Amino acid sequence: MSTSVTASPAKSAAPRLRTPRKKHTPGKPKRNVLLTVLMALMVLYTVVPLIWLIINSTKTQAGLADSNGLWFAHDFALWDNVRDTFTYHDGIFGRWLLNTLLYVGLGAGGATLLAVLGGYALAKFQFPGRRAVFAVVIGAVAVPGTALAVPTFLMFSKMGLTDTPWAVIIPSLVSPFGLYLMWVFAAEAIPTELLEAARMDGASEVRTFFQVALPLLAPGIVTVLLFTTVATWNNYFLPLIMLKDPDWYPLTLGLSAWSSQAQTIGGDVIFNLVITGSLLTILPLIAAFLFLQKYWQSGLAAGSVKE
Amino acid sequence: MRRTTSRILRGIALVSTLALGVTACGGSDGDSDTKAVSAGDLQAALDKGGDITVWAWEPTLKTVAADFQKKYPKVKVNLVSERSGDKHYTALSNAISAGKGVPDVAQVEYFALGQYSLTKGLTDLAPYGADKLASKYTPGPWNAVSDGDKVYGLPMDSGPMALFYNKTVFDKYKIAVPTTWDEYLDAARKLHKADPKAYITSDLGDAGLTTSLLWQAGSRPYKVDGTKLGVNFDDAGAKKYETVWQQLISEKLLAPVNGWTDDWYKGLGDGTIATLATGAWMPANFATGVPNAKGQWRAAPMPAWTKGDKASAENGGSSLAVPTLAKNKELAYAFTEYANSGAGVATRISEGAFPATKAELESPAFQSKKFDYFDGQEANKIFADSAANVASDWSYLPFQPYANSIFNDTVGKAYVSGTKLADGLKAWQDASVKYGEEQGFTIQK
Repeated sequence: MSTSVTASPAKSAAPRLRTPRKKHTPGKPKRNVLLTVLMALMVLYTVVPLIWLIINSTKTQAGLADSNGLWFAHDFALWDNVRDTFTYHDGIFGRWLLNTLLYVGLGAGGATLLAVLGGYALAKFQFPGRRAVFAVVIGAVAVPGTALAVPTFLMFSKMGLTDTPWAVIIPSLVSPFGLYLMWVFAAEAIPTELLEAARMDGASEVRTFFQVALPLLAPGIVTVLLFTTVATWNNYFLPLIMLKDPDWYPLTLGLSAWSSQAQTIGGDVIFNLVITGSLLTILPLIAAFLFLQKYWQSGLAAGSVKE
Repeated sequence: MRRTTSRILRGIALVSTLALGVTACGGSDGDSDTKAVSAGDLQAALDKGGDITVWAWEPTLKTVAADFQKKYPKVKVNLVSERSGDKHYTALSNAISAGKGVPDVAQVEYFALGQYSLTKGLTDLAPYGADKLASKYTPGPWNAVSDGDKVYGLPMDSGPMALFYNKTVFDKYKIAVPTTWDEYLDAARKLHKADPKAYITSDLGDAGLTTSLLWQAGSRPYKVDGTKLGVNFDDAGAKKYETVWQQLISEKLLAPVNGWTDDWYKGLGDGTIATLATGAWMPANFATGVPNAKGQWRAAPMPAWTKGDKASAENGGSSLAVPTLAKNKELAYAFTEYANSGAGVATRISEGAFPATKAELESPAFQSKKFDYFDGQEANKIFADSAANVASDWSYLPFQPYANSIFNDTVGKAYVSGTKLADGLKAWQDASVKYGEEQGFTIQK
């Protein structure tokens, strides 16, 4: 899944670098063979699994077993595979897709909203305990979500929330990294003078936030939204321990369940559907990155150069 | 990543099992509902109707549940079927320890039954009439589900072992089908010499296969008597197994491929993995997982450890059990009996499951069934013979799922480093004993 994430910025970053370089050093741009080779290796490393995925989603189960992994089999079954993926087990794949969209919509959307509100407040308001909040947020960035999964499970189990969609959505709402990014971004992107001017003109704090601050924060919001979307879309371990009912599975868990059918006595072996399902699973993410890349790149670069 | 996940899951399962043990001790007076439930009571419950939740991944249960609901329209069976293996047991242990969301019926493999019955997680089904069903089943599965006069589940399927071999490969290199494990070793050498890419079988350390082969070889490593426990891999049967398997490992005659992976299915399909000693349920997996090798494979009796010996063993197989915390036990038992002893059995066999019931195993229709995948071979004759010859007295540890989970850290080393298989088994024994002590078992030397 990281394929698309790392591949697309690499490709589009090149022209951006080249333009200013031409201005400063007229003549031939300097070439570095070592860097080029390293980049090529990196591209290979990230693109090959994607190509493998695309090629192998055109094969039947039999074709998968008796053909080379990096070339097409004699049968071209992509459309059959796509149809079977959506119809297998009474079309549960479609349900998993909707679940994932729900978790991403509420979880990642909510996490972004909270990060924007919190980041803005931390960047632009002075209040007691701000330094303590800073320490907590930095500390929280360092704790991997996997380490918190078990305590979270026990807590949610006490509250009777396990095996409900809330068990996946609520923990997804917390994104320390998103909060930190919004905080840094808001500090840089919104001149305090602008806020003061708005206040002088008599705008309320709410109005200042929505009409003055929010448009300036847009690139940062898109960046955080993409980060939380990817995190929620790929989330595997949390739903794994929280959910039992397959009707509430996200795609990650569903595909893993399909894959483990091959390890079951009498189970259907459907690697072809697992592969096709994986391809279908990453398409929305690829689309999101392609459409939003110009926003999130400017968001990441904000504050990196002193103007 | 997979490894970490399974380690963490193992941790959760462990915590849950411990919690479960504690609850079971605290509520020991909950045993009082052992009064008999008559057939009339069961019928009344079925007429009254209600909902039951069944956690099982066995694919044929889908049809069985539909038929059952047709027969008893007031009963609704909610079949939850996406999880299997480790994840299934983790979820089950979690639910039992949390006391919430426990299913009415759960699929439990034979090797895992002890873990739940010992901690009083499962209902004794004898008062419901299960004790009268003993004679219907072959001894292997029945031993696995019963403990004295208590019955903790009804056998759903069984896995008497057979040797599956790729006839095309054997014919090509003119290798005879081995009837003893010594011949098997020779066949392994001959095959690998003829084609360095081909191996007699694949094994990177599989607890289920090792325990089954020990079982067949006459080794009885696990002695379980209530809370008393013995683990000993140092008997004559284990020696036989070690000798043959050590040579297969040392001479690099085993394909370094983990079972059940896509590589493994691929190897079974392209002739690089030439045999497979496993349970009689395997044909269904061959048909869907290795469709491209249709017609190449055949079944044969398991090779013997001593020439002429017919002893066989079980590999895999599972039961349906009713957790102690199930809400609707009458309906749960009625469904279990329907699926595993009543009309459901025929349905399940017709969909490819391998029975545990004597009548079906011995029926001419079953035995003369021709397997298209095996080019028309009547393989069930071999499987039924194997089922009848399963060696008795085998028992698993009450924490076998845990023991299996540490197999690769102990015995598994013999496959990837210079560790001797015997030392690996000793390490497995020590680790199992240590865990047993921590769980409060009395260890017998």
